[in-house]
Parts: sequence; C-alpha cells; structure tokens
Amino acid sequence: MDKTNRPIVLEAKGLTKRFPGVLANDNINLKLHQGEILALLGENGAGKSTLMNMLYGLYTPTEGEIWIKGEKVELSNPGEAIDRGVGMVHQHFQLVPPMTVAENVMLGSEITSGGGRLNMRQAIRNVRELSEQYGLAVDPTAVIEDLPVGTQQRVEIIKALYRHADILILDEPTAVLTPQEANELFRIMRDLTAQNVSIIFITHKLKEVLAVADRIGVLRSGQMVGTAMPEDSTETSLAEMMVGRNVILRVEKSASKPGQPVLQIQNLHVHDDRGHAAVEGVDLEVFAGEILGIAGVEGNGQRELVEALTGLRHIDAGKIRIDGQDTTHFSPRQITELGVAHIPEDREKHGLVMPYTLSDNMVLNRYFKAPYAKGLIMHHDKIDENGKVLVKEYDVRPPNVHALAQNLSGGNKQKVIVAREFSSPTKLLVAAQPTRGIDVGSIEFIHKEIVAQRDHGVAVLVVSAELDEVLGLADRVAVMFDGRVVKILPIAEATRERVGLLMAGSDA
Amino acid sequence: MTTQTDSKAKPSRLMAIWRAASIPLAAVILALLVGAVILLISGANPIAAYSALAKGAFGSTAAFGRTLEKATPLILGGLAVAFAFKGGLFNIGGQGQLLFGAIVAAGVGFGIDGLPFIIHMPLALLMGSLAGALYGAIPGALKTYTGAREVITTIMLNFIAINFTDWLADGPWKDEGIVARTPAIAEAAAIPTWGNIPAGFFLAILAAVATWYLLYRTTTGYEIRTVGLNSNAAKYAGIKVSYTVILTMAISGFLAGMGGAIETLGVVGRYQPGFNAGLGFDGITIALLARTNPLGVVPAALLVGAMQAGSSQMQFDAHVPFQIIDVIQALILFFVSADMIVRWIVRVQPEEGEQVTLSTSWG
Ligand SMILES: Nc1ncnc2c1ncn2[C@@H]1O[C@H](COP(=O)(O)OP(=O)(O)OP(=O)(O)O)[C@@H](O)[C@H]1O
Ligand SMILES: [Mg+2]
Repeated sequence: MDKTNRPIVLEAKGLTKRFPGVLANDNINLKLHQGEILALLGENGAGKSTLMNMLYGLYTPTEGEIWIKGEKVELSNPGEAIDRGVGMVHQHFQLVPPMTVAENVMLGSEITSGGGRLNMRQAIRNVRELSEQYGLAVDPTAVIEDLPVGTQQRVEIIKALYRHADILILDEPTAVLTPQEANELFRIMRDLTAQNVSIIFITHKLKEVLAVADRIGVLRSGQMVGTAMPEDSTETSLAEMMVGRNVILRVEKSASKPGQPVLQIQNLHVHDDRGHAAVEGVDLEVFAGEILGIAGVEGNGQRELVEALTGLRHIDAGKIRIDGQDTTHFSPRQITELGVAHIPEDREKHGLVMPYTLSDNMVLNRYFKAPYAKGLIMHHDKIDENGKVLVKEYDVRPPNVHALAQNLSGGNKQKVIVAREFSSPTKLLVAAQPTRGIDVGSIEFIHKEIVAQRDHGVAVLVVSAELDEVLGLADRVAVMFDGRVVKILPIAEATRERVGLLMAGSDA
Repeated sequence: MTTQTDSKAKPSRLMAIWRAASIPLAAVILALLVGAVILLISGANPIAAYSALAKGAFGSTAAFGRTLEKATPLILGGLAVAFAFKGGLFNIGGQGQLLFGAIVAAGVGFGIDGLPFIIHMPLALLMGSLAGALYGAIPGALKTYTGAREVITTIMLNFIAINFTDWLADGPWKDEGIVARTPAIAEAAAIPTWGNIPAGFFLAILAAVATWYLLYRTTTGYEIRTVGLNSNAAKYAGIKVSYTVILTMAISGFLAGMGGAIETLGVVGRYQPGFNAGLGFDGITIALLARTNPLGVVPAALLVGAMQAGSSQMQFDAHVPFQIIDVIQALILFFVSADMIVRWIVRVQPEEGEQVTLSTSWG
C-alpha cells in the first residue's frame, strides 16, 4: 500500500560512511513514513547493515544528516536512538539466556519499588500487556534458553516496544526463522504498522519483500539505486535491480548419476546439548554424484545429525561409515582428512575466527599442511596466496585478504567459509544452511558450485530450512521430523505439498 | 594482524603499533600525574621525587644494570600471563610457577658439583623452567578434565607452592646455619653479570622473541590462538582443544618458571623464602600494559623495572616512601584496564571493528 503521503518519521540525508579503505555508504537518501514497512534490498556488502547501524547510533556517519520526526539528530550511541523511539533487532539476539522474558525485557530500564527492589510483578504485567496489544504471544515468565528462535525474536521486539519504540529496524529477521515463524512475524509486523509503528526490514528473500513491504529500497555498492512498489515488481525485476544483471532464480542441473555409497548412517542415536535425545534411529545413505537434501523444520535433529557425522558431537549408538571406513568415533580432523568438507550451520560459532584475517580463516582446517606449513613453521606468504585466489574466485568483498572476518558483511562471511570448504579435495560435502544470509546473485553462484561438485562425483548432503532450496538442489529428499527420517523421496515425487505435510509430522 | 608481510602493508603496521601503544602510554602518563597529585598532598615535591626515581633507574651504569636486573623476571612473568591470555586463559599462578622454577634451579645449582658452566647453568635453567611448566600444566589439566576454572586453581596452587618451597628451604634443602634458605649455587651454575649488565636480561629478551615467534609463526601458535579466540571453531578445525589448553598453561608456566630460575641463578644465588613476593602478580600488570603482545612486554617490564629500581633512590633523595611506586603501578593497571576512561581523556576513538561486536549479525 502506498503510504508515502503520510508524515515522514525518519529521514537520511546524504548519509556517507567510510571505513578504512571501504566506502560502505555513499550519499544515501532515505525516507520512512509513519506506519510504513520499507524493505531494504541489496547484495552482500551493499551497505544495508551499515546504514541501519548509523540510524541506530552504533556508527557515526562520516557525512550527512539524520532526521527523526522532523528534528535533526546526532546519535552518538544507541541510547540516544532509543530515546527518540528507534529500536533495532539484530540477528544475533542480545538476550541473557538463563533469565526470564520479563527480566530480559526490563534489563537496563528496571522497574523498582521502594529502596531499589525489583518489581517483577509489574514487569510481568507490562510484558503481558504489550504482547496482547501487538499480538506477540510470549509468556513473560518463560526462560529465554527454553524458547525457540522465533519466540526469542519476539522478545527482542517486545524489548524495543517496551522502550516505546515506534520506529523498528529489523536486520534480516527471517534468516533463522522457519517459514511458519516468518509468517507469524509478518503478521506481527502488519499489526504493528496498523498501530502506527514504522518498520525498516532487511531481507535477501524476495518473496518476503513482495509479501510484506509497502515500499522497497535497493542498495548497490553503498548507493541507493532506486525504490520500487511491490505491486509493480516481480522477484526477477527486484533481483535485476539489486545485482544489475539477469539472475537465474532456478537451479539448473541435469539428472544425477549416482555411484557408490559414500556416506552410510545406520541406526544413529545422538543427544542435544541438554542431554535430550535429538536423533533417534536415523538410517541414511548418500551416494557419490548425488545431492541428498534434508528437509525439516529446524530443531528436528538436523543440527545434531550433521554435528555427529562431522565428529563434533558424541554418538550414543549406531554406526557411520564414510567412503567405506567406520568413522563413528573419528575426530573432526580424521573426518576432514578423509575428504569431508563441512559448511557449518552457525558460521560465527564454528565457521570463522572473527578476529582473524580472511587469509587465516581460509586455512582454518588445513593450516598444518603443505604448503601452508612445513613442520611447525607456517608460511604466511602461501596462506595469503591461497586467500587471494579464493577471494577473487568467490568474489568476497572487500577483496582484501588482510581484512578481519569480523568486519565483513554477513553474506561475505558466509562466502569465506564456502570458498574454504569448496576448495579442498572432497568426497563428501556436508552443507548446513549453505546460503543463509546470502544475496540472490551469490545464491545462484553457490548453488551452481554445489551442483558442479556433484557432477564431479562428490556425494552432497544439503540441510536447509529453505524448502525451496532443498527442492531446487536435491536429487532425493529426506524429511526429518522429531529426530527421525520419516520419508525419503526421489525429487520427482517430492512436491511442496507432500514434503510440507511430512515436515509437519503427518504421514503423507 | 600477523600476516602483513607485503610492503604496502608497512605504513599501516606502523599505524597499528602506534594505535596499540597510545593507550598504554597515556595510561602511564595519567598514572604518573595522579601519582604527582598524591605526592603533593602528602607534602612531597613530585618533580624532585620523579627525578630521583629517574636517577635511580637510569642515572649510572649501575643504576641501569639494576633496572635491567629488575626487569628480567618481570619480562618473563609478563610473558607468562600474556601467553596464557592468547590461549584464552588467565594464569594468575605465575607466582607459584616462578617459585617452583626458582627452587628447582637452586636445587640443581647447589646439588650437583663438578659440571662445567656450559652444562651446569643451562641445565639448572632448563630444569627450573620445566618445573614451572609442570606446575603450570596442573591447572590446565584440571580445567580440561574437571572443568575447574584456572582462575581459581592457579590462585590456590600459589599457596601450595609458597608453603612447599618454604618447607623445602627450611627442611630437607636447608643450608647450614639458622637462616631458612638453601645453600648457595655452584659457581658453574650462575648466570653471569657483565660489568653491571646482567646476562639474564638477554635471555629474557630471547624468550620474548621466541614467544612471539611461537605464537605467530608456528602451527602450535595458530592452534593456541584459535582455541583462545573461538574454541568451537578450533574444534571444527580439528584442533585438540583439551590438549591445547594444557599445552598453553605448560608453556605459560615454563616462562614463569624461567623467570624464577634466572632470578635464582643470576641475582640471588640461592633460594630463600619470601623471595620475590608479588613478582607473579606484577606479571599481570605488565601483560595488560603490553596489551598481551609478547614484544610489548619488554618495554612494559622495563618501565615497571625502572620504577622498582629507582624507588630506593627516590626514598633516599626525596624522602618519599617507596610504597608510592606500588600506588603508581596500581594506577597504571587501573588506567590500562579501564581503557574507556583513558580513551575519553585522550580522545582516542575505539576502532569501529571493536564496536561491531556489539551488533554482530547475519547481516
Ligand atoms: N566495522 C567495519 N570495518 C570495516 N569495514 C566494514 C565494517 N563494517 C562493514 N564494513 C564493510 O562495509 C561494507 C558494507 O557492509 P554491510 O555490513 O553494511 O553490508 P550489508 O549490505 O549488510 O551486507 P549483507 O547482506 O552481507 O549483510 C562491506 O564492504 C563491509 O566489509
Ligand atoms: Mg548486513
């Protein structure tokens, strides 16, 4: 809906942000109207998060002005943005896991009664009122670590609303949500805008943009290259606007020619971090030259399955063979050395060392091998060389191997991992959420690479929360539900509806 | 950070050194200023006091030699703490490891006779260092196998070390006479002093360079730093995290033990109780002042060493109690740890990369 005739609540005028050697935002003008959902699109590294961080007071602009509700403001920290009604939900939630929802919400603006005692009851009441007013179903007394991500995200939103935010910035809120959770979030967003909250929403999923946005802004290389209305746009037109060329949104591949079994899992049992059974009797085979996709709502044992077969998690019972060898009790190093590449689900936790350079990250699991090291001595020139080649091949931006991983945009971090894992000799590729947070152009590239690996005879296991990704890539689809593989279907029989039903636990 | 080897990275490396050094420098200056105020309040003349301090630390070759002598164990104590930091561990047990290094070096020094210098001194030094390594490995192993925090266990092991070494010096290894101390070490075990310049100082410099090399140029160092920065990623990378934790603590203990051994073999000449109380803790100040950079430890230790070496001159000339040095040292530690205060005073913006950690996201 066109809401551009409404009052402007937030405006950026000529905003520029320069990092050493990088022009992240270049003279950006942007308007947000009351009650509007503005979707922000752009390639990885286009400058979306940087722009948001400036509006939220985390970064100071190099040049330009920020106006909030008709007033020119200088934000030197998030507190000042919050005072003016700006709230931001980051992808990595800033919650204290062992504390309750109400405790987290009031953290930093506690309600006290007489002599500094916390008034828990009032806090619980406030949270309950907020969640009713905006339709955010959350139990104020629940402990954060027991809640699914979707609910934790709602707590973050409540936190912002509790501080009277009426301008919400959501930076890739759907990247870790299940489709159901994402739909729920969109409903909440619409409820919020009906009550005059204005929202800036960043995503790489074009479908979501078309479904929920009132207006769309596109960033490219730090510049605002245009705005569009969803009713005049298609996925293809948006992709083209972002990337500046035609993007193929479908995976193109020939039929698979499966060979020998490479990964064989028999009756696998694994427990999760809290000791609950997570994988309960999984049998699975992946053959050379095929892509097996695992579909399933997150939290049905996929993560534990992947960690078990890559040596990161203890196996309670069952057997795993890789390339004919029993690897049930192998260490991660032994498994990698057999020719297993692993794109881990959580790139910040497992995949990267944030304060390391790109070069150092690109050799994370082969730093000890020639030519990167001879004996104990590391050869940094060789490590840099490797980094330079990969940065170029995988179009990591900025193309500077001495940049620190922590300074990269989200999607470029992912590219560093993908580059590293795809460049080692591989028999089995385990890819968990390989394109999470990645722009459409790079998704196209990564999907092509995965298919190319398959065509080279690599056995590929893809785990993804994106049903479209699984259905687009896989030759066979295994559906996981409640720690078990409930069905394995050849791709021809794996329709969206059927897989969707199986994922929900019904026998189709 | 470590891999900038091509020429165009050079200027930015100088910049990086300046950036890294600016905060500690400012912290030292601030501490001296606050110290001056305290001196004023207590009725002393800060200019006279500080010039006496400088004279006592650098005024003559003898003074300079004393500064180097004081700095030597400080370098090693600082290295021990800095090294453990790189591996994500907080070694507060430098004192205990140092005491073990000292007493074992003394034991080898007085217990064996007739070895030539070329064997006896290095042997005593090595055995002392290894004793420190073993003693350091204990909290590492405790952490790995029982999950006990090294912060707690190293403190407790300090008490065990103090009492055990005191008992040795007053019991089985006691020298003749009434004083509780070990016999003097053999001539061939002593680390020489050339004129006023202690040779041990150069051993410490060597240790600093070796530590830097180990951390930034070897696979072991890469493993240690990876475990220190992100143990999950280390596990993913196939690094044996538990082994690395023990190794890190052992090397850290080795460095502290070496500090004790050099002090015994080069300065004191025997082990005696009360030996160097607090040295292990000065290591924490120095490591923080050096921002845990092994090469930065050298100037940091020289600074603290100079203050300690000059303090008696200051007491003598300016009638200022030497405890003021402890106050200044504590102030330095305070300003270095509370670096936001220093940044605010000297207007150094934190790098934006540091802020980013507040807002890490997929996006
Ligand atoms: N703290 C920083 N220091 C240096 N460069 C940075 C820093 N933060 C971001 N950059 C750079 O600024 C550019 C824009 O990054 P930003 O995170 O805004 O991208 P983005 O549009 O959010 O991308 P993505 O879709 O991948 O999340 C990138 O080139 C990035 O490397
Ligand atoms: Mg981003």
